[in-house]
Amino acid sequence: MPSLAAGLEQHPGIWRGAELARSACPGIASGFASLDAELPGGGWPRGALTEILPQHEGIGELRVLGPALAQLAAQGKCIAWIAPPYLPYAPALAAAGIDLARVLIVKTTKDGDSLWAAEQALGSAACGGVLVWPRDIRYPQLRRLQLAAEDGRCLAVLFRPTQAAREPTPAVLRIALATADGGLALSILKRRGAPLSRPIFLPALSAPPAVASSSPTHRFDAHVVDSPTPAAVAAGSVPARLALA
Amino acid sequence: MPLEAFQRGLPSPEPRAVAERQRILACDAKAAARGLRAGMPVAAALALAPGLRLRERDAAAETEALLGIAAWAMQCTPSVALEFPDLMLLEVSGSLKLFGGLAQIAARLRQGFAAMGYSACLAAAPTARAASWFARSGKPCLIADAALLEDELRTLPLLVLQSGKDEALSSIGAGSIADLLALPRDGLARRFGQGLLDALDQALGRLPDPRGFCVLPEKFCAAIELPAEATQAEALLFAAQRLLAQLEGFLAARAAGTRRLALNLSHRAAPATRIELGLVAVCREAGHFALLLREQLQRTALPEPVRSIALEVQAIEPLAHANRNLFSDELSEEGNWPRLIERLRSRLGTAAVHGIALCADHRPERASAEAEPGAKQLALDFDLRPFWLLERPQALEEKESIPCRHGPLKLLAGPERIESGWWDGADMARDYFIARAADRALLWVYRERSPAGAWYLHGIFS
Repeated sequence: MPSLAAGLEQHPGIWRGAELARSACPGIASGFASLDAELPGGGWPRGALTEILPQHEGIGELRVLGPALAQLAAQGKCIAWIAPPYLPYAPALAAAGIDLARVLIVKTTKDGDSLWAAEQALGSAACGGVLVWPRDIRYPQLRRLQLAAEDGRCLAVLFRPTQAAREPTPAVLRIALATADGGLALSILKRRGAPLSRPIFLPALSAPPAVASSSPTHRFDAHVVDSPTPAAVAAGSVPARLALA
Repeated sequence: MPLEAFQRGLPSPEPRAVAERQRILACDAKAAARGLRAGMPVAAALALAPGLRLRERDAAAETEALLGIAAWAMQCTPSVALEFPDLMLLEVSGSLKLFGGLAQIAARLRQGFAAMGYSACLAAAPTARAASWFARSGKPCLIADAALLEDELRTLPLLVLQSGKDEALSSIGAGSIADLLALPRDGLARRFGQGLLDALDQALGRLPDPRGFCVLPEKFCAAIELPAEATQAEALLFAAQRLLAQLEGFLAARAAGTRRLALNLSHRAAPATRIELGLVAVCREAGHFALLLREQLQRTALPEPVRSIALEVQAIEPLAHANRNLFSDELSEEGNWPRLIERLRSRLGTAAVHGIALCADHRPERASAEAEPGAKQLALDFDLRPFWLLERPQALEEKESIPCRHGPLKLLAGPERIESGWWDGADMARDYFIARAADRALLWVYRERSPAGAWYLHGIFS
């Protein structure tokens, strides 16, 4: 007869503090092996809230999600962008491999509307991913979104400012993003499992095409990490060009 | 029926009754509780219930209501015949297999009548005449077997014949169909005419009983008068659900759905308020319509209380039944995102929910456009572009020929010259750069190719 402890160990809802939770439903692969290894379920959680707290906007908060979103869109699931701070730009989304026919953008004027729309999208089986940019959100509202997320099976991501890290959250995963030398440092502030003390380093996430060339043929090389030489060249050469223009 | 044509089962604060020629014809439960009975003089009724809301019988409204019910019922069978003012006959023998038997059809009809706010007595018999007699007598029996028909028929009172000869018949001692059948036929025909015998024969299936069937109308239009003036969305929605249930049956009968429906709310003096629903996908589910309507009603400001509502559908489109899952009864919503879009749009407005599409234009503002969600996409190749575009470019200050945003920007790549649009007046000439801000965010900035050469922030890589 299997012992009680062995039975408990098999239960997906129970885990020891020192180890990662075994999620009943596997996560959505993030496309970054080092990140997947640290996430319970081996990827972004489904059916639960994830909070992403970028240090500043524009440091790579969308690119972290890019591969997962592309994968969801390829499965025919719609991806709802609720109250985004700027216009999501179609050429970049297409370049990230996201099927634009599956992108749904919801513009709202009030925070209440954004949360309502998020709740609707989370509850709908049609949505594979729900990205929300709430301006101001309190714990009860977060809790409600978490419950709505549990009803569906989609990737639910909330983008919040870094100050939110001080507040408690019902979300199962909370990741702070910060820039590090030549890349992006992800600190997992909360997950189902032992806390992670060191940040995960994703290189090249925010690396630009480090070529100061006006040739239209160059393409973004994901493996070039902010090498100083071309950047310096760029910085040096640009004003000269401008003077000519 | 005379009462339900007005009231449709909506709760009313006062007792209500319908009168014809100064006599009460029908009254609701509240009125009946005060002692009102059909046939009572109006003056006596008013004495019993001073707050009584009395209406003169409106035969046109009853006809309209019966036609509406007929259109709804055509989802069960195409052969629907009416006997005005209050009888509907459905020829269901061809539909038994589809719906799973007589009891199932009857249950479905009962449920539908309740949803539309009508009460009805359902009866089924192998002949149309017999079924109509059972229904009139208030005997809800479902007889499928012709052998059992005669025994059941014999018990019916002669009132169901509606021959107008009730007194003469009772004076010769005939009180039920059985008494009538026991009398000699030739004598009966001599005294009461051949019509009575023919009716009996039709009921027993000895004579054919041809009926003219209803034809479905092309458009849907139905109205309800509210029992009391209403301002609250919930009260309006409750009444509208009666109409939506009727619409669902009508659409099912036509194997169709609709994308547009309009609800007209009439007021006492102000012009009617019109609420229009536009759907992304063709639909006929009353529940979904109600959900969308609820959001619209809650957002609509009414100039005055509403007295009556009317639902109107102009264009219907064919809609096949969806396949059900093999192992579960529930229709999967997977991939059914038009529903989600409609829900969001009904509250936030049509413009607030959109998709996105690539456009074949070099100008960054025009390379990405709002589109209907799920629209066909072009496959276009652009250079490295930011995830975020600013709605309008933001001017950057320039210090020592270096653009600044919270500190000087470091230009990493560029320029990418975009010079286009001379043909439509919105021409631009810009040099785009990828720049790194002091906070290490990656920005997409450009410099106007003009003598002033101002710098602008246009996008954020993220």
